[in-house]
Amino acid sequence: MKGIRKKRKPMSKRTKTLLLMTLPALILFVLFNTIPLITGAFYSLTNYRGYGSYDFVGLRNFADLFQDSRVGKSYLFTFKYAIAGTILVNVLSLLIAMGLNSKIKFKNTLRGMYFLPNILGGLVVGYIFSFIFTYIIPTVAKALHIDFLSNSILASEKWAWVGVLIVGVWQTVAMNTIIYISGLQTIPADIYEASAIDGAGKWYTFRKLTLPLLLPFISTNLILSTKNMLMVFDQIMSLTKGGPAQSTESISYLIYRNGMDGGQFGFQSANAVVFFVVIVAISVFQLVMTNKKEEQL
Amino acid sequence: MSSERHSVPQPPAVHFKSADEIKNDKDSKSNILLTIILILGCLTILFPLYMTIVIAFKSPSEMTNDVAGALSLPKSFSLDNFAEAMRVTDFWHSLGNSVLITGATIVLALVIHSMAGYAIGRSMARHKGFKFIYFYIVSGMFVPFAILMMPLVKETAKLNIDNMFGVIILYVVFYMPMNVMLYSGYLKNIPLAMEEAAEIDGASTWKTYLKIIFPMMKPMHATVAVLTALGTWNDVMTPLVIMSGSEKTTLPLAQLNFQTQFGTNYNLAFASYLLALIPILIFYILCQKQIIGGIANGAVKG
Repeated sequence: MKGIRKKRKPMSKRTKTLLLMTLPALILFVLFNTIPLITGAFYSLTNYRGYGSYDFVGLRNFADLFQDSRVGKSYLFTFKYAIAGTILVNVLSLLIAMGLNSKIKFKNTLRGMYFLPNILGGLVVGYIFSFIFTYIIPTVAKALHIDFLSNSILASEKWAWVGVLIVGVWQTVAMNTIIYISGLQTIPADIYEASAIDGAGKWYTFRKLTLPLLLPFISTNLILSTKNMLMVFDQIMSLTKGGPAQSTESISYLIYRNGMDGGQFGFQSANAVVFFVVIVAISVFQLVMTNKKEEQL
Repeated sequence: MSSERHSVPQPPAVHFKSADEIKNDKDSKSNILLTIILILGCLTILFPLYMTIVIAFKSPSEMTNDVAGALSLPKSFSLDNFAEAMRVTDFWHSLGNSVLITGATIVLALVIHSMAGYAIGRSMARHKGFKFIYFYIVSGMFVPFAILMMPLVKETAKLNIDNMFGVIILYVVFYMPMNVMLYSGYLKNIPLAMEEAAEIDGASTWKTYLKIIFPMMKPMHATVAVLTALGTWNDVMTPLVIMSGSEKTTLPLAQLNFQTQFGTNYNLAFASYLLALIPILIFYILCQKQIIGGIANGAVKG
């Protein structure tokens, strides 16, 4: 009703003002998001090294990308990290959120504690954990004669990614916990009382009541944590610098390393374009999947 | 008298507790167990912080070759490591730069993003143009920094803003998709009636926005400020690639740049890490309610 009445009014002046209000944002967005995005796509078709002259090479960078073992390795690591991380983060944060949302003592203090890792910078946290992995854990393991842990896991080609994962999960759980808590608080208590009166068990109530009602928040958290974990950079920088033997080189880190200093501006631009497409595809897939689930209910 | 007075408040306290237990006997038992489990879980969060603090206060000679050497309390709480770390990392300048960058980003975000969020949120339903602008900006959320990074280094250098100013502008752009979405989403809670009344009274759109809408969006301003501040304060990548030409550093960037200078002096390194964490820790202790509330608010409304 209101909309129809508005439409008939001569409102061009208001529209003009509103358009003017979006202008600063729009100009900045075009200048520093759209233009570099297009420039990046443009360079992905060249053999630009970051300096000097360059030629068009068509789609050769993209063809090379799929043959490059270092790029392949970085995708493998990033996906392994993001999948394991997203699952761990969401299971842990949902458990912690349910704990922090029940009748417990020191509720506010505990909530404050569990959120703490989120406010700390990833780089410094990485440095602190690096000391735990390279010094504390091996020393304790040696004293207890646990051979497996007596060397730093960050020095192991096979296990270094787990070290990065632990730090990533430690930090990401905090944010997702807060989001799950606010989700749990949207569920009215009488629903639980009703299901308890009906004699539903705890696990049944969780599966049939809590989970479906939390779905919008699960969807938010899945997309948030997947995206953040796919873009992992700070922890790599402070924990492993991509090593050992490039076993923990994330896509972002590789693009930074070789694109900025390694003379692969064009090639890494192609890598970045593929990375962008992958992130969009995964986000759209997650959105569609969770929307479908929500419609089913 | 005094002993009687002293004993008066105690019975009710005990009484409340037992009432709770009677009400839900089974639950309150598991609550204590749950509290203990959650407190134990907290140790994984507090241990790294405890370690950072004790190592930061120790002298290198106290770091004997076992875990006790690293984790025991320091013999004396000396501030020498901190003084040295401040000198090595140019702490006050880095801190100043970080405060300036984060502060300016928040102010610009509150002005530019709320304005755009208002305009878009109010006209999206009626104008295809605004709807397009909304999705155009919000889709920026899926653009990873990795793809913008290299072109932005060239672009900011060409525009002569490969400095703190450039970093601030970039942050305003990076947080625009999320903030515009939050602001325009929050508008659904503000009824149109007030604006219409103001308009009938002859107030311009600008005036309505400034006098009515902007103050009413206060809860969302808090959310936007918190989310933007946490992101920009801790970010390493943007200043690393954009400001690499200038001499200036931010607080996290200084940790990266001076890592090699710490060498094997862990005490100096940890004093520096602790210094880098302290400002945000103080901020968190002071505004914990607003920070957690702001994020929860963003999750529910966003």
